[in-house]
Amino acid sequence: MICSFLHPGLLLIFSGLLIPFFSGFRRTLFICIIPLISLFIVWNLSFGSSCTVSYLGYELILINFDSLSRLFATVFCITVLVAGFFCCKQAKSTELATAFVYAGAATSVILAGDLISLFLFWELMALASTLLIWSSQNNNSYQAGMRYISIHLLGGVILMCGIVGHAHETNSIAFTQMQLNSISTWLILFGFLLNAGAPPLSAWLADAYPETSFSGMVFLSAFTTKTAVYVLMRGFPGTDLLIYIGLFMIFYGIIYALLENDMRRILAYSIINQVGFMVCGIGIGTEMALNGTAAHAFTHIVYKALLLMSAGSVLYMTGKRKCSELGGLIQSMPITAVCGIIGALSISAFPLTSGFVSKSMISQASVDEHLLWVWLLLQAASAGVFLHAGIKFPWFVFFQKDSGLRPSDPPKNMQVSMIFFAMICILIGIFPNILYSMLPYPVFYQPFTSAHIISQLQLLLFSGLAFFVMLPLMKRTLTISLDFDWFYRCLIPKLSSIIFNYLSKVDIAIKEALRNKIVFIFYRIKINYHLSLSNSILIVMILFSVLLFYYFIN
Amino acid sequence: MISSNLPALQVVLPLLAAPLCIILHNRKLTWILTITTCITCFVISCSLLNRVLIENTITYSMGGWLAPWGIEYYIDKLTAYMLLIISAVATLVSIGAKESIENEIASDRIYLFYTTFLLNLTGLLGVIITGDAFNLFVFIEIASLSSYAIISLGKDKRSLYSAFKYLIFGTIGASFILISVGLLYAVTGTLNISDLSQQLAHTENSATITTAFVFFIIGIGIKAAIFPLHLWLPDAYTHSPSIVSTFLAGTTTKVFIYVLIRFIYSLYGYEYSFYLESFNYLLMIVACGAIVYGSILAIKQDSIKRLLAYSSISQIGYMILGLALITELGLAACLTNMFNHAFIKTGLFLAVAVIIYYYQSDSIKQLSGMAKTSPLIFILFLISGLSIIGVPLTSGFISKWYLIKASIDAGYWFFVLVIVFSSVLAIIYIGRIIESAYFKSEENRILIYDENRKTPYLLFFSLLIFTFINIYFGIETTLNVDIAMQISSDLINK
Repeated sequence: MICSFLHPGLLLIFSGLLIPFFSGFRRTLFICIIPLISLFIVWNLSFGSSCTVSYLGYELILINFDSLSRLFATVFCITVLVAGFFCCKQAKSTELATAFVYAGAATSVILAGDLISLFLFWELMALASTLLIWSSQNNNSYQAGMRYISIHLLGGVILMCGIVGHAHETNSIAFTQMQLNSISTWLILFGFLLNAGAPPLSAWLADAYPETSFSGMVFLSAFTTKTAVYVLMRGFPGTDLLIYIGLFMIFYGIIYALLENDMRRILAYSIINQVGFMVCGIGIGTEMALNGTAAHAFTHIVYKALLLMSAGSVLYMTGKRKCSELGGLIQSMPITAVCGIIGALSISAFPLTSGFVSKSMISQASVDEHLLWVWLLLQAASAGVFLHAGIKFPWFVFFQKDSGLRPSDPPKNMQVSMIFFAMICILIGIFPNILYSMLPYPVFYQPFTSAHIISQLQLLLFSGLAFFVMLPLMKRTLTISLDFDWFYRCLIPKLSSIIFNYLSKVDIAIKEALRNKIVFIFYRIKINYHLSLSNSILIVMILFSVLLFYYFIN
Repeated sequence: MISSNLPALQVVLPLLAAPLCIILHNRKLTWILTITTCITCFVISCSLLNRVLIENTITYSMGGWLAPWGIEYYIDKLTAYMLLIISAVATLVSIGAKESIENEIASDRIYLFYTTFLLNLTGLLGVIITGDAFNLFVFIEIASLSSYAIISLGKDKRSLYSAFKYLIFGTIGASFILISVGLLYAVTGTLNISDLSQQLAHTENSATITTAFVFFIIGIGIKAAIFPLHLWLPDAYTHSPSIVSTFLAGTTTKVFIYVLIRFIYSLYGYEYSFYLESFNYLLMIVACGAIVYGSILAIKQDSIKRLLAYSSISQIGYMILGLALITELGLAACLTNMFNHAFIKTGLFLAVAVIIYYYQSDSIKQLSGMAKTSPLIFILFLISGLSIIGVPLTSGFISKWYLIKASIDAGYWFFVLVIVFSSVLAIIYIGRIIESAYFKSEENRILIYDENRKTPYLLFFSLLIFTFINIYFGIETTLNVDIAMQISSDLINK
C-alpha cells in the first residue's frame, strides 16, 4: 500500500479522482501541488525495480526506473502542471479529473516494468482519454470519441493477444527488448504503433483530438503518442521497419497538414509528423538516435503543448477554429501570438529554440549510420515542417488579412502557462546541456556548429520564401480531405448495411421456402402452430439428422 | 448429523420450501422463506466446497442404498464450484426479486413465482449434485418444467408464447437425453455415473454407445442453447419477467454446460469423447459460429434484454471454445468463463430490471437520455458492460485473458482472431446503449421517468453486490481461477 503513495502515476490517478470535491481557489492549489509532488517523487526514486504486486499468477513490477523513464516521467509531470494551470479556472472538474487520471495512467505506463501492468495502464489511458474527448459534450465529440475508443480498444485487444502469446513463448512477462520473430511480437508492435498514430490507422488522431475542448487537446497531445514512442524505444530499438514507418508518418503529416483548414487539425497532423521523426529515430536505433528521440519527445511535448495552448486561447476567446475565419489577431492578442510564434519556431527547429537541439540529433544519427536517403528525406521534411506548422499556423491565425476579430489576450492563468513553456523552449535552445544531461546515454554532440546553423537557416529561409511565393495556393477553403478513416466511417457502415439487407432477404427467402415447400412436402399437413415456431423445430430436426448422419458415416 | 447430510439438504431444502410457499400464500412470507432457503443453500454449498477442497470427493448414498443400486450424490471440486455459483446467484437474485416482481407479475400470482423459483433452484442444484444418470434426467425435467412455468408468469402476453416455444424445444432436448440414458443402461445395465464410466471402459465400442453419445450431445446442445440449437433462448429471455430472465441467464445454461463437461470427462472419459475424432473440431466450429453470430445479432437489437440474450449466446460460445481445446488451460478458461459470466450477465439483467422498474421499457431508442435522470443505474450497468467487453480489472477481462492464453497455448491463433473480432462487436453493442442513454437528449424519449416510484433499495443492493463481485473477481482471482485450474487438472489427469 505504501507503494501507491510513492508511485507518481497512481498518485496522479487517485488525486484526479478527488478533484471534483474541490472548487475555486482550493482546486487551483490542488492542481498545482499534486504534479509537483509527483515530480518530487520522480526525482527521488532510486534506479531499479520496486513496488511489486501479484496478479493473474504473475509478479507485476509497477516501477522499473532508469534515466529514460525519468526523462519521460519528468516531462509528463511538468505538462500536467502547466496544462492543468492553463485551464484551472475555465475547465470543468470532470474534465480536469479525467485529464489527471489520463496523465497518471500515462506516467504509470512509463514506469511499468512488465508487460501486464503496462497493458493495464495502457487501457486505462485509452478510457480516460476518451472521457476527455467527450468532455466537450457535443455531438461531434461524441461521434469522434466513439470512433477513438473503438480503435483504441481494438488496439488494446491486439496488444493483449500479443502479450499473452509473448508471455507463453518466453515464460516471462518482463518488458525488455523484443525481436520480430513471432506472431506475438508483431502483434505487440502493432498495438504500440497504433497508439503512435502509425499508418494505416493514423486517422484517429486528427479525427478525435480537435473535437475536444480548448484545453483538452493540450493534455491529449502530450501523452498517448509519447507513451507509444517510449514503449517502442524500450521494446523495438533498431527495427529497420520503423525507419520507413517513421518516414511515411512524417510526410503523411506534412501533406495533410498543408491541406487542412482547421488550426487544431493542422497541429494534430503535425503531431503525427513529429512522432514520425521519433519513430524514425527509434528505427535507426544507435545510442545517438535514441538520445535524439528521447530529447525530441521532451521538446516536442513542450512546444506542441505551447502551440496548442496558443491555439486553445484563440479558440477560447473567439470560438472559431477555421483558418479561413481567423487572421490579424496579433493586434489584440500579442502575448498569445508571440508565444505561438515561439512554439512555431521551435517545431521548425529554428536555431536557439528547443527543436533545433533535439531534431538535429536524429538527422546526425542518420548521417553517422550512412543512411543517405533517410538523411535527405529528413532534411526535406524539416522544410515541410516549417511550411505547415512553422509558418502556416501563425500566419493564418495571427497575420494574413484582418478578420475584424478583436479579442483580448486570454485570462492571466492561461498567459502564465504559455509564457512558462515559451521560456522553457528558449532556455533549452540556448543551454541544451540541461536537456542532454537527462538523456539515457552520454551525449557527445555539439549542436551549435557554424555549418549546422547555416545549413538549417538556409533551409528554413528558403522554405519560408517558398511559402510566401506560393501563398495563393496555400489559402484554404472549407474542404474536407479524405483519409484512411473513410474506410471505417463510410465504407464499412455502407458495406455492412448492404450485407445486412442482403442477409435479411436471404433469411426471408429461406423462411418462405420452408413455409411453402419443405413443410408441405414432408408433412402435407397444415400445421396450426405459429409458423416461425414450426420452422424452428424443423431447423432443429434437420440439423439433428445431419449430425446423426455425419456420425454414423464415421 | 447435519454435516454428514449436507449433500441431501442442499437439494431437499428448496424442494420442501416450494410447496410451503403455496401453503403460506402470503407475498411477504413467501419472499422471506425464499430468501432464507437460498441463503441456507448458499451456506451449505460454501461448507461443501470447503470440505471438498480438503477431502477431494464426498459421496452420499440416498436413503442408505449404496451405489450402484441406490441413488448416489457425488461431490467433487467441480460440483462444489458449480453449486457455489448457482446458490450465490439465486441468493442475490432472490433478495432483489420482491420489488421487481410486484411490478411485473399480477399480485395474485406472486406466490407462484416463488414456488417455481424454488423448484427451479432444486432442479438446478440436483442436476449438479447427483451422481446418477437417470436421477440427472429427473432433475433436468424439474428445472425445465419449472422454468417454462416461471417464464409464462409475466403480464406480457408474449411470455406465454415464448414459454411454449421453450417447452417444445426443451422437451425435444429432454427426450434426447432420456433416450441416451436408456441406451447406456441397455449396454451396461447400470445408471450410476462412476459405475457407468467403469463399465464403458471394459465394453467394446459399439453403435449403441456412439448413438447414446450423439443423442446426449444434441439434447444438451438444445438445453444449453449452444449455437445453432439456441433458438428458444432470445425469446425466453426477452419476454419473461425481468427477474426471471436474470435468474435464467445466470444459471440455466451454465448448469447444462456443466452436465456436458461431466459426461465428457467423468462418464465417457475425454479420450473416448474426443476419440470420435472430429468431435472437438465440431465443437470448435460451433463455438466460433456462436461467438460471431451472437455478437452480430446483438448489435441489431432494440430491446436491451434481447441484446443481452444474444450476447449470452456468444458467451456460451466462449465456454464451448475453452472446452473444445482439450487442454488443462482450456478447461480452466471454460470454467472461469462460466463463473464470471454467471455474475456479469446476472448483474446486467438486474440493471435492466431496475430500468424496467422505473421506465416500464427496455427499448434502447426509448431510453435516450436515461443516464441523466438515473445516473446510478447507468453507471452500474456500464461497469458490467465494460466487463462484457473485457476491460482490464473487471472479471470479463480475466475470462478473456485465460481464453486467449489457452488458445495460444493450444496453437490456435485463429481463435484469437475470432475473440478479437467479437470484442470489437461487443464494443459496438454496448456502445449503442451508452450512446442512447448518455449522449441522446431526453427530448427524444417517449417514456417518462416515474419519480414517484419508491426507490427499490433491495434491487439496488443486490445490483451493487453484483457490480462489486464483478470488480473483485477481476482483481483477486483465487476463487474463480485457482480453483478452476485445480478442477481442470483433476479432470484431465484423472
